[in-house]
Amino acid sequence: MTPQKIIQQYDPLPENLLSILHDLQDANQRHYLTEQDLQLAAGHLRLPFSFVQGVATFYTMFSLTPRGKFIIRICESPPCHLLGSTTIAQELMKLLSIQFGETTGDELFTLEMSSCLGVCGVAPAMMVNDEVYGNLTPQRIREILEEKRRGA
Amino acid sequence: MSIFRTHVLIPVDQNTVQAGVFEVKRHLENQLQARKLDQEIKVLETGTLGVVGQGVILVVFPERVCYTRVKVEDLPRIVEEHLVKGRVVRSVEHFTLDIKPGVREPYQLGLAREQKRIVLDKAWKIDPENLEEVLASGGYRGLEKILSSRLSPPAVIEEVKKSGLRGRGGAGFPTGMKWEFTRKAPGEEKYVICNADEGEPGTFKDRLILEGDPHKLIEGMQIAGYAIGSQKGYIYIRGEYDLSIRRMQKAIDQARESNLLGKNILETGFSFDLEIKKGAGAYICGEETALIESLEGKRGNPRLKPPYPVTHGLWQKPTLVNNVETLANVPEILFHGSDWFRKFGTEKCPGTKVFTILGHVETPGLIEVEMGTPLREIVFSFGGGVRGGKRFKAALLGGAAGVFLSEALLDVRMDFESLKDNKAVLGSGAVLVMDEDASILDMLLSILKFFAHESCGQCTPCRVGTHQLLDLADQFRQGRGSEADLERMVNMSQAMVATSLCPLGQSLIMPVKSAVDNFRGDFLKNGNPAGKTPG
Repeated sequence: MTPQKIIQQYDPLPENLLSILHDLQDANQRHYLTEQDLQLAAGHLRLPFSFVQGVATFYTMFSLTPRGKFIIRICESPPCHLLGSTTIAQELMKLLSIQFGETTGDELFTLEMSSCLGVCGVAPAMMVNDEVYGNLTPQRIREILEEKRRGA
Repeated sequence: MSIFRTHVLIPVDQNTVQAGVFEVKRHLENQLQARKLDQEIKVLETGTLGVVGQGVILVVFPERVCYTRVKVEDLPRIVEEHLVKGRVVRSVEHFTLDIKPGVREPYQLGLAREQKRIVLDKAWKIDPENLEEVLASGGYRGLEKILSSRLSPPAVIEEVKKSGLRGRGGAGFPTGMKWEFTRKAPGEEKYVICNADEGEPGTFKDRLILEGDPHKLIEGMQIAGYAIGSQKGYIYIRGEYDLSIRRMQKAIDQARESNLLGKNILETGFSFDLEIKKGAGAYICGEETALIESLEGKRGNPRLKPPYPVTHGLWQKPTLVNNVETLANVPEILFHGSDWFRKFGTEKCPGTKVFTILGHVETPGLIEVEMGTPLREIVFSFGGGVRGGKRFKAALLGGAAGVFLSEALLDVRMDFESLKDNKAVLGSGAVLVMDEDASILDMLLSILKFFAHESCGQCTPCRVGTHQLLDLADQFRQGRGSEADLERMVNMSQAMVATSLCPLGQSLIMPVKSAVDNFRGDFLKNGNPAGKTPG
């Protein structure tokens, strides 16, 4: 669906801003909001552009820069931390040769930190797009990345 | 409807999904079909069982045998031996399960013993996406009772007040009083909001209610709407909770189709409708006024209180904001009566509480037990004790904005009052256990990093204070901190209590002060200079 069509599905009420931004970002192949997206939303809801940008930058799920095919979000909250998420984070940075917030050169992986994913029973955990992976070890990380690369 | 001789329940939650539950389910269904058993044996997808980290789980009824860590390779044996011949397969890990509401029975394994379930009673027994099953198992009977007996809204509020139900989101405010304030607030238009922005680290109870028994939440919100005089409710769910949003939406659609939601519900003249709003990743939106701002389509900056949402909430209209677990208690209270509810828990905190047991324990997971259950029982009985036979060092109660308790307080009873007497909080019900090798300093650093990231930045004490606390704590990690720095940390968090705009900045005192008071040695010793928690 084109951004224009997405926007037309919503009544022009300010309360719909978050839902519109979610839909626009989901429709974008690089999982991010373009400046044009924000302008469209602002126009439709009759809100200042600065206001829309303020909202988009407030929430961690929205990105204003292009992201990879697979967004890896590693849980950094205390329960995962206690069970070794720092080691997992370092392993990911090493294997992908990127820092958190960055995307690999082949546009496959983006590394992000996440607040609690609510799967603390299998800590340390991470999500790759909508999939949850738990009981992580450096070995398991290598397997998951390999799996994703093959599937890409 | 055909009669099945055996039911195989397959709990689906994030934990079993990542262990491959759908593949196991597909194989099981194929094998039953191949043997033409699919007319005798029903495979049922349910919400969570509360047992986590044990892989895919199959519960076979009527025997109540619960197989854990089930692999596709185990299925032929389970089908052949158990489902055909009726013999329990001993080579697959299993235990016998029995969780009944209000009944005390001894059980074998940590998480499956001696629970009293009110809010999660049905979560693992029914297919949450099948309204027929929900109705057959007593769904909507609380609402039905009110509407058919024409119980007046003030009488509903009176019943909730008498039950002594208190908010399960963390603060423990009496629910009935909140309802009464909203009812009495002037204004025609009023709203009910369910706070399902569950972001407190270590907490996933609300998600399991949303996914395991979504209709119960709808019912609770309807009763709240009826009581306060509202016709519109919103459920604000964390954007990350994909499955919860889908299940909840499906439940709402089903309820609408059956005239359990919408205009003139069940021909009684009562109208109420619900809408889901999806969050977008902000811890602060769990605070009720920030949540309201976000629901209005703005940045989630908390509002200055008073006025409170009960008089000036969504679009400045009287608004009731309740947590998922709180609302899920309501239907049972109205159906069974407040006296029934008061049989559970303590005098001042009746009912049950859902806890998540995490960290260095043998059996991490989720339990629902009576209010006032001792911490020792939760950690050592339900949690199976400290992992690997190590010594208990501390428990962080209530999530990141929680309190570090030492061994000396293991016998504290887990309810709002007893914890308050011990300068602790129940919070969201997360119990994070740390063994003797864990560094409290390292855990505090992790908490402070979290808060520095999640501070909304609107007020200076919190925006600056969180980072200064982090810098101070980091001094200790580098082996440079002094006694004076410890005092500085406590003083700074106390200043934040006095000057921050919302509970985020005000709550840091709890982890900081409890860590400094109870585990001073962790900050000043040189034995663990890196401050690193061994894996």
